[in-house]
Amino acid sequence: MSEPIQPQTTPGSKMIATMALVASICGVLIVGAFEGTQDAIAENKRIMLERAVFKVLPGAASVREYAATSAGIQPLAAGAALPEGGVKFYAAYDQAGVLKGVAAEAAGKGYADVVRVLYGYDAERQVIIGIGVVSMRETPGIGDKIITDQAFLKNFEALDVRVNAELTALANAVKVVKHGSKTDPWQIDAIAGATVTSKAVGRGINDSAQKLMPLLVPHIAELKS
Amino acid sequence: MNESLSQIFIGTLLTNNFVLAMFLGLCPFLGVSSRLGTAVPMGVATTFVMLVASVCAYALNLLLNYFQLEFLRLISYIVVIASSVQLVEMVMKKYSPALFRALGIFLPLITTNCAVLAVALFQTAREYSFSQSLVFALGGGAGFTLALVLMASLRERLQLANVPTLVQGTALSLILAGLLSLAFMGFAGLGAGE
Amino acid sequence: MSLPNQADEGITFDTFMEGVWRQNPVFVMVLGMCPTLAVTVSAVNGLSMGVATMFVLVSSCLLVSMIRHLVPKEVRIATYIVIIATFVTLVDYLIQAASLALYEALGAFIQLIVVNCIILGRAEAHASKNPPLKAVVNALGMGVGFAIGLFALGATREILGAGKLFGITLFGDNFQPWVVMVLPPGGFFVLGGWLLLFALLRSRKEGKVQA
Repeated sequence: MSEPIQPQTTPGSKMIATMALVASICGVLIVGAFEGTQDAIAENKRIMLERAVFKVLPGAASVREYAATSAGIQPLAAGAALPEGGVKFYAAYDQAGVLKGVAAEAAGKGYADVVRVLYGYDAERQVIIGIGVVSMRETPGIGDKIITDQAFLKNFEALDVRVNAELTALANAVKVVKHGSKTDPWQIDAIAGATVTSKAVGRGINDSAQKLMPLLVPHIAELKS
Repeated sequence: MNESLSQIFIGTLLTNNFVLAMFLGLCPFLGVSSRLGTAVPMGVATTFVMLVASVCAYALNLLLNYFQLEFLRLISYIVVIASSVQLVEMVMKKYSPALFRALGIFLPLITTNCAVLAVALFQTAREYSFSQSLVFALGGGAGFTLALVLMASLRERLQLANVPTLVQGTALSLILAGLLSLAFMGFAGLGAGE
Repeated sequence: MSLPNQADEGITFDTFMEGVWRQNPVFVMVLGMCPTLAVTVSAVNGLSMGVATMFVLVSSCLLVSMIRHLVPKEVRIATYIVIIATFVTLVDYLIQAASLALYEALGAFIQLIVVNCIILGRAEAHASKNPPLKAVVNALGMGVGFAIGLFALGATREILGAGKLFGITLFGDNFQPWVVMVLPPGGFFVLGGWLLLFALLRSRKEGKVQA
């Protein structure tokens, strides 16, 4: 038969010692995992970025990250912080090292959450030549048509994003118009029945281009080397 | 993202309601929502913990980023949340013992309420400013309370109805939740801009 | 002096199967609902989440069981939480390193595994009172039960809501996907449906035993 068990409170030192032991074990595990996986994670991110950029700028073979600021453009080391007021963009080159175009991210609030796209920009003609959806949580069958609807994607084959003469903003803001009523090359025809998501894409691209193009266009020659 | 404060609040309260759209905080939602009397205090207590967690998470995040210790983020957040819940428990026990007894086991369970941790994690991921984070936590808590109150009212009514035995209990709550969620989908697109 | 309890019974087949059938976390205990409904929009996502949770469950229970005699009872919950958070952080990095696409699909819910009531519940109720091997077997059973539950839900929602399973289209062009199934309300409805099914099966089984 067991003796009556005295309720005893554990001494504070024992509690602290145990917590310290547990904390050290956990600390070692976490740091070990972190260090061990960082390289693989960075590699994965690089591959995903390249895949996305190559999709919007066909023919590209390598990608370089840049930041555009009011002072000019500067290369961005992988993982480095974006300078104050800078806009990140990716310069893509083909096998021969010739500049194929520039890619940048655009984000706009859609139906459910933020819709993120990557768009490809042709510096020669100052137009957007393609988009690729990076992430979205729009309604399947309705909002997700932005990925598959060919008529919608055609909007982005030559979307006019010319800069105005003063180099302060776009000559014409990118605008989403009702399905079937597109008249100018800087307009986007919304998908019938999916206007909210279409507008999210348009707004995101407009916001991004308005910020990036005035900073990028004056220095575009620097990228060509 | 440059969302305005009202957009964040309405968005979290209705469009992306924590419980009905993002599936957060379901354990207490299904467990505490049988009576209106317990639903409201639970919601308020959770909202309070969310606000505290939001402030602490913001401060912690600044510290962690400064010392480049991002991998400790999850552990530090959860420890802070557990401590805030202890604090709320002690305060409630002292100032409102009846309420403390009524909520029973569900009060310490706020620690494992995914909604609270989600507030901390999401505000970090979306890089909200301090005021945006507070509004986000407030909206999340209010949305959680709203869902709880709606559910409790429905379940109280249904206690007087003729529900087949098999369906009673959790299955019924889930079907109710599904209908509520369907209704809340009508809020989608609210505050999405022009 | 330890009171006679389950620990003395040794490891039986029931130790494993308990988590799979009798106390299935998804269909019977209805615990850990948040990831269950959020992530199961497809069979692959459901299964991956189930496996990730199983990993955290098994490793946490193993560590908790190994140090169970060292931990004073006042700090045990705090200790368990720290241990669970550690393994969740591990899983988070492992998934990122393995497949970024999967990481995007599972999203924030990987980190939310840390507040999955199943894990803390098992650590407290079982792992803290049993030797390591038994704790691991039981945790494995629970994990498998959870994964099965998530898979069942994910598969149902994917088949009804997208007409596919594992990304392979099952029906012809005439199939109109029941889109609501992959949206939040659908999650609630499908889980409610499965619970109903289980309640039905259990009541039939009990009916046969009594009669």
